[in-house]
Amino acid sequence: MSSQLIFYILSALSIVSALFVVFSRSPIYSVLSLIVCFFSIAGHYVMLNAQFLAIVHIIVYAGAIMVLMLFTVMLLNLNKSTEPHKTNLTKIMAIVSGGLLMLTLLASIKAEKLGVYKAPEVSDIGYVQNVGMKLFTDFLLPFEISSVLFVSAMIAAVVLAKKERN
Amino acid sequence: MESPETTQNWYLLLSTVLFSIGVMGVLFRRNALIILMCIELMLNAVNLLLVSFSAYSGNTEGQVFVFFIMVVAAAEVAVGLALMVSIYRNIGSIDINVLNKLKW
Repeated sequence: MSSQLIFYILSALSIVSALFVVFSRSPIYSVLSLIVCFFSIAGHYVMLNAQFLAIVHIIVYAGAIMVLMLFTVMLLNLNKSTEPHKTNLTKIMAIVSGGLLMLTLLASIKAEKLGVYKAPEVSDIGYVQNVGMKLFTDFLLPFEISSVLFVSAMIAAVVLAKKERN
Repeated sequence: MESPETTQNWYLLLSTVLFSIGVMGVLFRRNALIILMCIELMLNAVNLLLVSFSAYSGNTEGQVFVFFIMVVAAAEVAVGLALMVSIYRNIGSIDINVLNKLKW
């Protein structure tokens, strides 16, 4: 019963902070509430017995990506006064279409007869040894290719952000 | 809800809501940086869905997929932010309504 309570609290936290990301006036508050949202999703991973992914999620998202985003917000000097806004009609259309998408997805979930899975009582599939075993046997080639992707992304970032000389 | 434990339908519901909030943010904002953040939000909704399916069906492969999605998201953010810095340096704004040269 307590796990369900934790689930509700984490869900409310993640949904509210996701709404703050969209609706807050200043970009810096959007970044900060996105960090809160990522931490609550990491909490969900822990609840789902995916401890390795929870740690990786915190390191990659809260540690790397959001710091990069925060630096960019400060580098570009974005604040409330420079924030562009859409017209009210476009905003209403955006909210209506997002809500319609959510309705469609929820209706399709409701129409689909999903098999009811019971979560296993004691699960060790999220441990580092099991995920790592899978990663280095069945998924070895994608793992190596992702390192090539990282090198190319790094070079691309440096080339794109470099100041042109003329 | 019959069983006292959290069933998977709640995770489906939560992922759907988070994904829709991300889509709404992409349509709602004009700041390109916030659009990038909303794309991250959508990726995370899908990640949560994959992890819940992995946990409830007792299969590790879903978690490996999430690992690879994180890899691609990190590369995407690095390149996207470099593009944004470059655009800001040339144009002086990252308002997406200013970037309309390729619009028909």
